[in-house]
Amino acid sequence: MAKVLITGNEALAESCLRAGCRFFSGYPITPQSAILEYLSWRMDELGGNCVQTESELAGINMLLGAASAGARALTTTSGPGFSLKQEGISYLCASDVPAVIADIMRIGAGLGDIFAGQGDYWQITRGGGHGDYRTIVLAPASVQETADLAYMSFDLAEKYRHPVIIATDGAIGEMIESVELPEMKEHDIDTYDWAIRPRKDGEKQRVIWNRFWDLGNDEYPIYLVNKYNEIEANEQRWESVQTEDAEIVLVAYGISSRVAKSAVIRARKEGMKLGLIRPITLWPYPKKAFEALGPQVKAFLDIEMNILGQMTDDIILADGNKHPVEFYGEYWHLIDENKIVAKAKEMLAKY
Amino acid sequence: MIEVICSGFGGQGVLVAGMILADAGMEDNKQVSWYPSYGFEMRGGAANCDVKISDEEIPSPFCLEPDIVYTLNETAIDTYESRLKPGGVLLVNSSLVPDERTYRDDIQVIKVPATTIADELGNPKGTNIVMLGALACASDLYDEAAMRHAVEHYFGKKGKVNPKNAQCFDRGADEARKQL
Repeated sequence: MAKVLITGNEALAESCLRAGCRFFSGYPITPQSAILEYLSWRMDELGGNCVQTESELAGINMLLGAASAGARALTTTSGPGFSLKQEGISYLCASDVPAVIADIMRIGAGLGDIFAGQGDYWQITRGGGHGDYRTIVLAPASVQETADLAYMSFDLAEKYRHPVIIATDGAIGEMIESVELPEMKEHDIDTYDWAIRPRKDGEKQRVIWNRFWDLGNDEYPIYLVNKYNEIEANEQRWESVQTEDAEIVLVAYGISSRVAKSAVIRARKEGMKLGLIRPITLWPYPKKAFEALGPQVKAFLDIEMNILGQMTDDIILADGNKHPVEFYGEYWHLIDENKIVAKAKEMLAKY
Repeated sequence: MIEVICSGFGGQGVLVAGMILADAGMEDNKQVSWYPSYGFEMRGGAANCDVKISDEEIPSPFCLEPDIVYTLNETAIDTYESRLKPGGVLLVNSSLVPDERTYRDDIQVIKVPATTIADELGNPKGTNIVMLGALACASDLYDEAAMRHAVEHYFGKKGKVNPKNAQCFDRGADEARKQL
């Protein structure tokens, strides 16, 4: 198929449609609004429903309803809007309802600002709402990868009956790259026997509710632990770049990982042995990438567009706390390739 | 890897100019990325985009050392001239930039009265196309005929074919040729 030039936000929207998503409910917020704008006309062409809701809460709860009925349903938002959706995401997890939620991250707590950021890492990887849950989190680093992961996200959600979060940022969302889009698929709303539907004569009533009502409070904890262990064992995704002989390993995801990759190339021209681990799943965190590293590694450099270095803890855990982990972050600005190289140079001298 | 920064006022068509470069790259089976300025931009405010075109995967989409800096106003020169690679091409819209302005001596400066030419040709929105003609002629990274075709192809895809664009392109290329 011929390539097209589209933004990351358009690629996300179009790929979800091509995966058979025919229901969207969401509220506009920059830098996510382009997804809603795109779906507002494109969904009509495919005969689905795109609802611009009165709030983020309505958006996530309509999605809960559509997904409970077996539809492939999507909602998208940014930062402050993502906070508002947490209750609904907790309900999706508690009820084992698969759905896809995208957070096109911007900077800051509270209102923050509209610039590209990676300020929601803790929230997207730790649950974010109440109760025992985490969601699968996919973090594409290019427009093509946004298309590919969005297309796959519904399969992944349904495989585990669990919500999947696609975490990009304002930079990936707004930038344009050449993309090969996946094939159009239709999804049968009656695929799964857990999905609710109007009861026919003699048919048992189907219910979507808290799963521990089905399983009992003795079985439910065992079920839940097994489910999370299975996801953690099977779904870690990452890209390792020149880590075979790397002494300083950069760790970055999304748009920051693109700049980090350029920094690896630049530093290697100066004889510095840098490598990069790029998590593609933020949960489950790609611990296997760290287990595969050799004894030459001296330290890690965490690179994110936030202030507090939110991913640092996960690097320490994945590494088993064996090496120093330093942090270079940006707020308001994008990651600077030269600053990465300068920081890595300091670290090579220090460790 | 070709790196180009396009910059000017919002409304001058610098983002479209960058898109045409990206589209041309894609049609030539290259990897391309186009990163727009992002923020509280508006018509008359600053607008710019970073374009990269490569045979291989493009790591960072941001241009640190561009081969070409395509500017349509003076602020753009203030901001991006310093980043240009030694030997790189700086395109200057001399309709809006004073003649006495001085430039780095290790770069190639091409001055084209792009706004004036576009107005003369009755295509006032074609300033960006005049400058694309100059870019294609002045930079040895581009083939003039291929870029001329790419402009037509880009607007053709959008169903907005305007024969005056080709005139703008050619005048821009001619202006650049006089200075090579």
